[in-house]
Order: sequence, then structure tokens, then C-alpha cells
Amino acid sequence: MKMMIYVSAAVHDPVIARVILDTDIEINVDRANIDATSGEIVLEVPADSCARVATAFERHGASVSILEHPIIRDDDECVHCGACINVCPVQVFSFNDDWIIAIDESKCIQCGTCVTACPHAALMVMSE
Amino acid sequence: MTAKTILEINERIRDGSACVLTAEEMTEYIREHGAGKAAQEVDVVTTGTFGAMCSSGVFLNFGHSDPPIRMQRVHLNGVEAYSGIAAVDAYLGATQPSDSDESYGGGHVIEDLIAGREIDVHAESSGTDCYPRKILDTSITIDDLNQAVMLNPRNAYQRYAAATNSTKRTLYTYMGTLLPGFGNVAYSGAGVLSPIFNDPEFRTIGIGTRIFLGGAKGHVIGSGTQHDPDNNFGTLMVSGNLKEMDTRYMRGAIFRGYGISMYVGIGIPIPILNEEIAAATGISDAEIKTNVLDYGVSGRPTMREVTYEDLKSGIVDINGKEVRTSPLSSFHIARTIADELKQWIKDGEFFVSGPAERLQRHGTVKPMREVHGQLLVRDAMSERVHTVSVHAEIKEAAELIIEGKFNHLPVLSEDGALVGIVTSWDISKAVARGDTGTVRSAMTERVVTSIPDEFIEIAVRKMERHKISALPVIDPNRKVIGMVTSGDLNKLLVRR
Ligand code: SF4
Ligand code: SF4
Repeated sequence: MKMMIYVSAAVHDPVIARVILDTDIEINVDRANIDATSGEIVLEVPADSCARVATAFERHGASVSILEHPIIRDDDECVHCGACINVCPVQVFSFNDDWIIAIDESKCIQCGTCVTACPHAALMVMSE
Repeated sequence: MTAKTILEINERIRDGSACVLTAEEMTEYIREHGAGKAAQEVDVVTTGTFGAMCSSGVFLNFGHSDPPIRMQRVHLNGVEAYSGIAAVDAYLGATQPSDSDESYGGGHVIEDLIAGREIDVHAESSGTDCYPRKILDTSITIDDLNQAVMLNPRNAYQRYAAATNSTKRTLYTYMGTLLPGFGNVAYSGAGVLSPIFNDPEFRTIGIGTRIFLGGAKGHVIGSGTQHDPDNNFGTLMVSGNLKEMDTRYMRGAIFRGYGISMYVGIGIPIPILNEEIAAATGISDAEIKTNVLDYGVSGRPTMREVTYEDLKSGIVDINGKEVRTSPLSSFHIARTIADELKQWIKDGEFFVSGPAERLQRHGTVKPMREVHGQLLVRDAMSERVHTVSVHAEIKEAAELIIEGKFNHLPVLSEDGALVGIVTSWDISKAVARGDTGTVRSAMTERVVTSIPDEFIEIAVRKMERHKISALPVIDPNRKVIGMVTSGDLNKLLVRR
């Protein structure tokens, strides 16, 4: 399960390391954008441990949202061209037998590449 | 040899007994039964394609206002249409961008018209005795227009070269996002369903051929611009009534960093009049070849030849690396179009037509005639370059810059090769900090460079992209042989 963590001024604290130590759960960092004042981190967390990890982050002052649908496609706009397929670093998109785009959203790390590559403005990364 | 006539086929379409296959089905059929049998049994083969076709647009007639205006400039939802024709006629091109919104353009206005949405119209004129009005603002839908006729100068490219990128940076092109280091291959075209590949000799596709265009009935009105049948790059000029079209088959599109385009859906029926025509429709993806071009290098060298079968497999090998491919055109919708056209014919709603005149079967494309020759960096660079040794003191560099009244100083290693660059700004910073070390501590090591034979447009792009104003010009041993500044280049470009 993907989880988005927002950290504010306290980014210098090793929040992720602390949560891993506290919970003893294996967490994978998919992506992190951190600047002087705040940061957004996307994590991959085992589905059955989500709640514990979320609570642990919150205890350390971070806010957490679970990314149920990290990437959304507007079915009315999508023409199944496939331009999104080969730009995605984690292979979220593929063709099914009838050349229709299938999306495995659980893999998405919200890098945003497909959003700009889609000629039909059909894709959006969701922050909640 | 069996031969049928258009008339006989249309008779069968009328009584519902015509045998219609899509080009995909026909390929299978011929593989099993051969072209002779196919020519006897099959009446029509339907093709389809749906992809970005920039060379598209619509003629619009707005009707006259009261008092009347002779539109000299007209904007539709902020997108300019060409109005250098009669008073209230205009041609809206698919790639024309909006003046204010870079993600919207002609292709989107055309889609909005088809969808029946309200479109803002703004027109200007200098006013004449017979057309006194100077400004007009109104809002229309497609129903308010007298005519909305799609006329696309170049559509249905027989095939299209595929694109990849050898450089270290992502390229944003009309072939989509090309990832660095041969990160992907993008291709376009419907392969086995491609209209022209199923009739490459233009035996049935010609002027007047009735086709499926954007969900309506349209016509081929000639060979398209840049028609190049000698190299299997044939194109078609097509026309149809926008008022009858469907947004499922006509869509505005945007290629970030490139611009606006339009996805156009075309389906062409091929009447199977004889065995030769049948045999041509047996073509498969494995027989359709195209080249993969490197869009990162000027001149776009060919990396390799591929077939549409390779491209559609999702992976091709480039220089020993497995590279993922994906299309820009929609094979799913190309197939939907071939199916829908097949259904129209089976339902007796669409009759085939022979060409009133055949298209040129020979010919190729010439490049542009340029009377000024290509300007190269060598024409603009200055050969008197001041350089400084990497071991020199900052003070020495500062003096050179002050004396020479220039802003960029290439830094050389002992053997004279370029290793860095310092600008007057770098030096001022170092002096202000009280830095007394050598030039090495103040210089930028990653120098963007040029070579004497580079086109100046490319040098200008480099400077813009890196937000810099000068490039050292080097030889193959990294010896600095000149310096070129944005000022020099602009002067040269302006003079043309
Ligand atoms: S690039 Fe956009 S339109 Fe094309 S298949 Fe992907 S989501 Fe659909
Ligand atoms: S944002 Fe798009 S490209 Fe990036 S990982 Fe998600 S699906 Fe793939």
C-alpha cells in the first residue's frame, strides 16, 4: 500500500528511521521531495501494517494519507493510445488483449511523468 | 482471374449479402485460404487508423452579422483562425495554439465544436464602406455555422518512423516524451490496419473515394502534402462534414513541450475487385517495416529497421539493450473504426466508390530551398579568445576580464584542454568572498560547449536551455578555438 507522509519544519529529524525502529516494519521509500520548509514522501508499506505505520508517523508529528488511488485516469478522455506505457518507471500501464490500457495503480510512485506525457490530459496523480 | 465491379459490390451491400472483413481478419483469411479464394469470397476490406495528424483543420462559415463585418482577424476560444479569405470564412488549423492557454489549441476547439459546446468568437476588422463593423464578440455552437467542413491537407501517413533518444536528457517531441539513454521507443501508425498499406498501389484509393472520417462519411480529395509513395510514405488529403462527426474519433491533443495536435480517425474501405487487390490486403505487421530514428542527434540518424510486429511486441533491441516501445496512435480505436465501418457496410448504410481519378503512384519529397545557406557556429564565433590556466590566481582572471571587457573566460589544463569556465560573476563572487585561491575554486567544471560545424539554431537552443550567454567552441581534443555569444548569434539571425 502506498502512503504519503507530509513533514514540516522538523525534516531534519530522522522520522522514517524512527518509525522503522519503533514499528519494526519494512518500509520502502518510493519518492521524496524535501525542501527547506517541508517535505512529501511516498512510501510503500505492507498492507496489513498500514495503520500501525500511520500512527507511528503521526506520533512523530507528520501527517499521513493513504494513497488508495495514487493515479487516476479519466475514462472519457483516454483514447488507449499507450503513450503512458513506456514512460512509467514502474510499469503501471499495459495493454490488454484488445489494446485497451490496464492500470496497476498499486505500483504507482506518483512521479508524475505519465501525467505530462499523456496527449489527452487523461491522467492525474491524487494527493489524498 | 475473378473480377468484380464496384456496382456488383454495391448491389450486394444493398441486398445485405456483401462479405466484409476488417484488414486484420483479411490477413488471417488470406493466410488460410489464399488471395484467389479471398478475391472470390470477400467484397470489401475495412481499414482504420487513429493517431495524431497535425495537418488537419476546418473551414468555417459564420454567416453575416448586422451590421456586417469583414473579419480580418478572428479568434475562437482565444485560438486564431486564418481569415484571409472571404468576409466570414475562416480556416482553423489543428495545431494553432491559444493565445493565453498553452494546453489548448485548434484541435481542442474542433473537438468542442463537434461536442456541441459554446465557442466564444472574437473578430476584428479595420472597417470598410460595405463592412463597417470593426469589432464583434459573440458565442456560437456548430449548429449556428452555415458550414463546418473538415479539410485535412495531410492525413493517414502510410507509416511513420519510430523515435528514440540517445542523449542524456528527456526530449519532448511530437513523438511524445523520449526518455534519455535510449529509455524508450515511440511509434505511430496502425500497421496491419493502415489504409494505404492495404492498397499501396492506389488501385482503389483515389480522388473521390468515400471513407470514414471522424465518425462521418467523408472523401479522399487527393494525395496529401508530402505524398512520397516512392518511399512508402504516401499520404492523403481528406475532407468531411464536421457537423456529422463524433468526438470519439476526433480529439484535440497536446504534446508537452511541443504543442497542440489532433487525433484523427480515418477508415477506408477497399473494394476487392480482383486478386491483386485482395493480395495487397493480406499484408501483416511482420511485413511492414519502418526505421527507428535517434531524435537526440541532428539529422536524426537511423538506429535500426524494425517491423510493426517488433514494435507492437512492446520491446525492441537497440544496440544490445532491450528498450520498451509504446505507440502514440490508438490501435484499439483504429480497430473500432475498421469494425464500425464494416458494420455500416453490412447494414447497407455505406456504399463503396471507385476513384474518379487515381493518385500519383510515384513521387517523393524535396527539402526546402534555402537561399541563405545554413549558418554555422563558425560563421558567428570570435576566434580571439582569452583563456586562463586552471592554476592561475583569481586576481589574474579578474584582470583579464576587466582588460578584455568580456564576461566568459575558458579555463585550460596544462595541456591546453578545456576543463572549466569562469564568468565575471564567478570572479566577482570570489573576490567579494575574499577568496585568494586559484581559478579552479571559482570555475564551473561542467562546461556547455559548441563545435564549429554546429547549426547556430542548435547553439541558441543550448544557451536558452542552460540559461547561459556564451559557449566555448572546441575541437575534438577539447582545445578552445573560439567563443560564441548569444549576442553574436542573435545579430546573425536578425540579419537574415
Ligand atoms: S497516454 Fe493518456 S490517452 Fe493514452 S493510453 Fe495513457 S492515459 Fe490513455
Ligand atoms: S505517476 Fe505515472 S509514470 Fe509515475 S509511477 Fe505513477 S503511473 Fe507511473
